[in-house]
Amino acid sequence: MIQLDRVTKLYRGGREALRDVSLDINPGDMIFLTGHSGAGKSTILKLIALIERPTRGQLLVDGRNIGRLPSGDIPAYRRQIGMVFQDHKLLEDRSAFDNVALPLVIAGLTRRETDKRVRAALDQVGLLGKERQSPATLSAGEQQRVGIARAVVARPRLLIADEPTGNLDGELSMEIMQLFRRFNQVGVTMLIATHDLALAGRIGGRHVVLSQGELAREETSVAAPQPAAGVRSR
Amino acid sequence: MKAVLVRHLQNALGALGQLSRQPVSTALTIAVIGIALALPAGLQVLVQGAQRFAGSWQEIRDFSVYLRPGTTLAQAKALAEELGKRAVIEEVRVIAANEALADFRADPAFGDALRVLEDNPLPHTLVIRPDAAATTTDLDALRSELSARDDVDLVQLDTQWLSRLAAILDLVRRGVWFTAVLLAGAVIVIVGNTIRLDIQNRRREIEVSKLLGASDAFVRRPFLYIGAWYGILGGLLAVVVLSLGLLLLGGPLSRLLALYGGQFTGFGVDLATIVLVFGGGLLAGWAGAWVAVARHLSAIEPRV
Ligand SMILES: Nc1ncnc2c1ncn2[C@@H]1O[C@H](COP(=O)(O)OP(=O)(O)OP(=O)(O)O)[C@@H](O)[C@H]1O
Ligand SMILES: [Mg+2]
Repeated sequence: MIQLDRVTKLYRGGREALRDVSLDINPGDMIFLTGHSGAGKSTILKLIALIERPTRGQLLVDGRNIGRLPSGDIPAYRRQIGMVFQDHKLLEDRSAFDNVALPLVIAGLTRRETDKRVRAALDQVGLLGKERQSPATLSAGEQQRVGIARAVVARPRLLIADEPTGNLDGELSMEIMQLFRRFNQVGVTMLIATHDLALAGRIGGRHVVLSQGELAREETSVAAPQPAAGVRSR
Repeated sequence: MKAVLVRHLQNALGALGQLSRQPVSTALTIAVIGIALALPAGLQVLVQGAQRFAGSWQEIRDFSVYLRPGTTLAQAKALAEELGKRAVIEEVRVIAANEALADFRADPAFGDALRVLEDNPLPHTLVIRPDAAATTTDLDALRSELSARDDVDLVQLDTQWLSRLAAILDLVRRGVWFTAVLLAGAVIVIVGNTIRLDIQNRRREIEVSKLLGASDAFVRRPFLYIGAWYGILGGLLAVVVLSLGLLLLGGPLSRLLALYGGQFTGFGVDLATIVLVFGGGLLAGWAGAWVAVARHLSAIEPRV
């Protein structure tokens, strides 16, 4: 689905964040990107979201090199990707419902369709009862789950998450990761950057390790079986 | 198609909601825009009133032709009939010398002085009412022709002040356009600055929307609608201010103009002016928003 082909990223100022990184992301993958701080994990996600452009190498999506995608085409491209952020990036002046609805409003869905899908997404993350609350009145874990509902509500093919559990303690982190696991089981491709190797190990999937901007190694682990209950079939 | 319309409607209402959330700054902005629009519109209404007044000029364009003493009343009447047939003349009235004297005697200012005279010193007079379509040039030509006649003593026609009035009106009309353009520019700047602040305040929302795949058009639209609302609400205020102003000034002004002898029909804000105020406000508000959006929106790119 997505191929990084010998991608190098130089930030302005000459800092080399990625060097000759090649990575294949296949439909249905559950990939954890790990590595030390500054290894280039976020940079890979930013390249895939076209927040940054590759300096060298090709970034292929469905065989098309999007490294040179005209900026006018970026919005439509981004709409196929769900994004989860460490600081969740929710809008404080809107309810949880309105935050989750934003991608659908942007996509121009009808009111009825939006309503239906937002409820389904909030239901999937277990927050259906808190849709009218503002993010500020929700707990850290709940805020992140609103962020996840917003990321999946438009039914993206790929979901990328940068340190989604960075602000959460162990218990909550596990909850969030299991949520991702369940979305993956119903077909969403996942790319998650995290420091938490132990947690990633418990979830299972591909573990891509970056070091100094280069791909160090890749391992695959099998997760302890997880019930898929709670996520409706898509 | 219907979905697009619904979305625009939602955007328009959303922008109105956005404005209502900051009532004080919204009211101030609208007040400034309203005044900026009301000023040229007010001048425009005055000019229109003056033009209507100028249309009822016949009475003040009436002029007198004093015939040479010794001309008989029959001759005067014949001349009047002949002149009355001309296209530039609507009608000619003959004031016989004795009628004129009677009029003068009735006037306390002259009465005593005239009583001393034995003979009637006044000539027969023709009062000519030019056709409404007659221009100042026509009237000047008519004056020259009549003055050259043997049986005419004096033509008393003051075309100069009519020309002056026309020139003044022309000047004022241009001034109205000039002010309108200047103040439209002011509205663009005011709205542009307000929207610039608005964009700064909503920076985070814009960034997040762009991350979620919002197009430039999507991000731009609410601000354009806000600009348009400023224009429309400013236009509404301008029409209200204008109507109030005319209510206060209209009466005295009508009386003043009536003193100059026009059949004055009064002032009113006509539909064309209302459309112009709203259209101008809408356009200037929209343009101001465009300027702000073009300059400041593209600079906001999501940082992660
Ligand atoms: N916008 C930027 N401009 C310049 N240099 C940058 C920029 N973003 C990242 N870098 C540099 O690129 C390198 C890789 O950064 P990146 O954010 O990808 O690391 P990371 O693996 O996500 O680290 P962390 O685990 O701390 O989030 C770092 O050395 C960083 O300083
Ligand atoms: Mg990072």
